[in-house]
Amino acid sequence: MTRLLGAVWVALAVALGMPALAAESSWTLEAMTPNLTDKPSLQNGLKLYANYCLGCHSLKFQRYERTADDLGAPHDIVMENVVFTGQKIGSLMTTAMPEEEAKGWFGAAPPDLTMVARVRGVDWLYTYLKTFYIDPTRPFGVNNKVFDNVGMPHVMMELQGTQREVCKGYEPLDIVHGEALIGAPRAPQCLLEVEAGTGIYDEKEFNAAVYDLVNFLYYVGEPTRLERERIGAYVLAFLAVLFVFAFLLNREYWKGIR
Amino acid sequence: MAEATVKRPGRWTRFMAWLDARLPVTETVEYHATKYYAPKNFNFWYYFGVLAMVVLVIQLLSGIWLTMSYVPSGAGAFASVEYIMRDVEFGWLIRYMHSTGASAFFLVVYLHMFRALAYGSYRAPRELLWLIGMAIYLALMAEGFFGYVLTWGNMSFWAAQVIVSLAGAIPIVGPDLMEWVRGDYGMSEITLNRFFALHVVAVPLALVGLVFLHIVALHHVGSNNPDGIDIKQQKDADGVPVDGIPFHPYYTVHDLQATVVFLFLFCVVLFYAPEMYGYFIEKPNFEEANPLKTPEHIAPVWYYTPFYAMLRATTFPLFGLSAKFWGLVVMAGAILIPAILPWLDRSPVRSIRYKGAWSKLMLGLLVASFVALGYLGTIPPSPGATVAAQLLTIVYFAYFLLMPWYSRIERVKPEPERVTR
Repeated sequence: MTRLLGAVWVALAVALGMPALAAESSWTLEAMTPNLTDKPSLQNGLKLYANYCLGCHSLKFQRYERTADDLGAPHDIVMENVVFTGQKIGSLMTTAMPEEEAKGWFGAAPPDLTMVARVRGVDWLYTYLKTFYIDPTRPFGVNNKVFDNVGMPHVMMELQGTQREVCKGYEPLDIVHGEALIGAPRAPQCLLEVEAGTGIYDEKEFNAAVYDLVNFLYYVGEPTRLERERIGAYVLAFLAVLFVFAFLLNREYWKGIR
Repeated sequence: MAEATVKRPGRWTRFMAWLDARLPVTETVEYHATKYYAPKNFNFWYYFGVLAMVVLVIQLLSGIWLTMSYVPSGAGAFASVEYIMRDVEFGWLIRYMHSTGASAFFLVVYLHMFRALAYGSYRAPRELLWLIGMAIYLALMAEGFFGYVLTWGNMSFWAAQVIVSLAGAIPIVGPDLMEWVRGDYGMSEITLNRFFALHVVAVPLALVGLVFLHIVALHHVGSNNPDGIDIKQQKDADGVPVDGIPFHPYYTVHDLQATVVFLFLFCVVLFYAPEMYGYFIEKPNFEEANPLKTPEHIAPVWYYTPFYAMLRATTFPLFGLSAKFWGLVVMAGAILIPAILPWLDRSPVRSIRYKGAWSKLMLGLLVASFVALGYLGTIPPSPGATVAAQLLTIVYFAYFLLMPWYSRIERVKPEPERVTR
């Protein structure tokens, strides 16, 4: 029986330990660790979202008021800078863009992004926002490395500057013989490079801005996360104490058995 | 006139006498708890029945509170779940309780069923107890499925689409049946509404009734134990089994201890990993149902994946009927076949402790195939995975279908007279 159980546990561990497979582009995602206690970062994320995203992408399951309170932002400042005219602080963070017309402009209405961090993950978002590059064949003149042929303009181009794809290490074929001169032809190594001086931010500043924006989206995906983790600690502590009493009670009763 | 002074019984005794004359309170408590004699050698595996009851209560209570804020409509369902998560006081707690509870329910029920397989708890005189348990399992699967659809996320929508469309594979009546189940030509608000009715009223009612019957049947025949022997064979002068101890207080305090440990683990998931890395709440389910956007890879939640893998492993048509139909047959067969276990097991002993090498090997293979199929059901299909799933499906069915043979021919150890540790 014990040996059988051992086999069962090993099998379970293998099955559960396998990471869920997900379809990904070949571009390596940059790791991003959100920090929900960093209020200035979240506030800056909200500001960036309001300036660059909210025009098209709603956060229609989240309310301005909750966001302001959770981020420690005064209501009047949020009302002035984030909330659309005619909306109240208690309103849901909808977008002013009419959905039907948006379909005509972009081919599809820009999706709501309330839970995008839970669907895509923060690493994906962070990399996505950084890997727009110039591609004249696309309707908006840009393409993206992790979301190929994305139907969205590079809204933060003024901040990042002009980013191009630069390919190096490509070894051309010997055209006459149709063979490679030195070994087999290698796949080109492509990098994204920003033209210096074309953006308001330098690379470090832009990375920080994208970090703040993704951090904010991570917050909006589950605004109760910090509270959940805080309360969880108390619940677990209570159960640990309760176990001591349950254990002693059980031991007392079972003393006489066998 | 000298009269013997009879001491008048106290208020409580008089109240209980009044009550017992009208409702069998004391009798019921004694029958089911204080004078219900359970074997004293229960081990780790005997916790999961009680834990299933604990989870049932969690699900019923959290479900009632969710229903207070949930909106069963195509336009409102998804938004109402997020409303619960954000705007309802402690709504996130109630919702995560319910979603974690769903997975916990299946986990404890699978372990509970494994216990029954290992110790032969399905054998006579517990066949009916086992069948009622199987009915509970089926009701639970239906309940889990309907509830999963209610969040109206994109994975919910498409998984339901796939499962309901299975009905369409049945010859002749299939397409009409599918339409009848959905109440529409496709998955729609009408489907959502009927699933809501089934999830919050019909199936829970059936579940509670079946659980009641399960316990009544258990207490009528008495609990099995890890030795698989009948403790009623050895009784003392008062007619109490010598290896039996009153369920209350001995097992109530024992189970209390286990319940606290279980709740601790439950709360670790609830508070620190409610999505369980996409196994309890899948990522595409944070997007609203969209009939025009199929998720890249559709898979049911983990507790259905062993059967889903068997469904996908059935890749060939037979007798002019489609592979999909045979997949449905294999899947339904895999779910239902444990029901006939009491009549497949021909071993002279009940417990795996005294059964032979064959039974141990086959049970080990069953568990391994179930876990491996569960894993294969979560990953996208590939030719290699399909062949693996086909082999594992055969292993799964072999446990049951070969049992009349291997349980009879193997050499068994003698059962003890009295229970052992």
